[in-house]
Amino acid sequence: MTTETVAIAQRVDARGLSCPLPIVRTAIAIKTLKTGDLIEVLATDPGSTKDFTAWAKTTGNELVTSSVTDGVYRFLLRRK
Amino acid sequence: MDQPLSLVLFSGTDDKLQSAAVMTAGAAAIGKPVHIFLQYWALDSFRANKISKDHGLAPEAGPAGHAAVEALSAAGQEPWYETMRQAKDLGGVDIQACSLSMDLLELKANDLDPLVDGVEGVAAFWMNAGDGPVVFI
Repeated sequence: MTTETVAIAQRVDARGLSCPLPIVRTAIAIKTLKTGDLIEVLATDPGSTKDFTAWAKTTGNELVTSSVTDGVYRFLLRRK
Repeated sequence: MDQPLSLVLFSGTDDKLQSAAVMTAGAAAIGKPVHIFLQYWALDSFRANKISKDHGLAPEAGPAGHAAVEALSAAGQEPWYETMRQAKDLGGVDIQACSLSMDLLELKANDLDPLVDGVEGVAAFWMNAGDGPVVFI
């Protein structure tokens, strides 16, 4: 089963928020999920790609996909 | 991740407190414990009746710096104490007032914003800092 076919358990709209709020909101939201649940994050902070990669690496949560379209970053993460 | 980040906050201007809040929230988001020790003018800015007031900017900000900070604020950037509150919601963030500065400013524990967890002396601060980094802002 590919990741995109699994239902997204939660969405965080962090567009317009500056660093470190996209990460902070995601860290708060992911606590409410179960292991294996997916969370989608939208952000516009220009440091987002490096920040979400580092955050996933440090916390052990999986960064499933990372993309950017027209200045909007989209991250799909799986709770560890 | 075991060693905490210890921040000594000395300056009470909004830009330095914003910087401290960003460092704190980022650390809390990766599960790193943070100990904050409030001294002098930083402690003054954590008074319950003063925390949401204008605390000015560091002298090096200059007119252009003031304009830039005001623009970010007008664009909806959260004030530093809201970022600090969210960092505390994540857990692992402990904020202590320096007991000497409490005396200096003639403060009682209930004069402080609820963000502040307690009052401690410098020996307790160093014990909690362990071998982790200590940053002075």
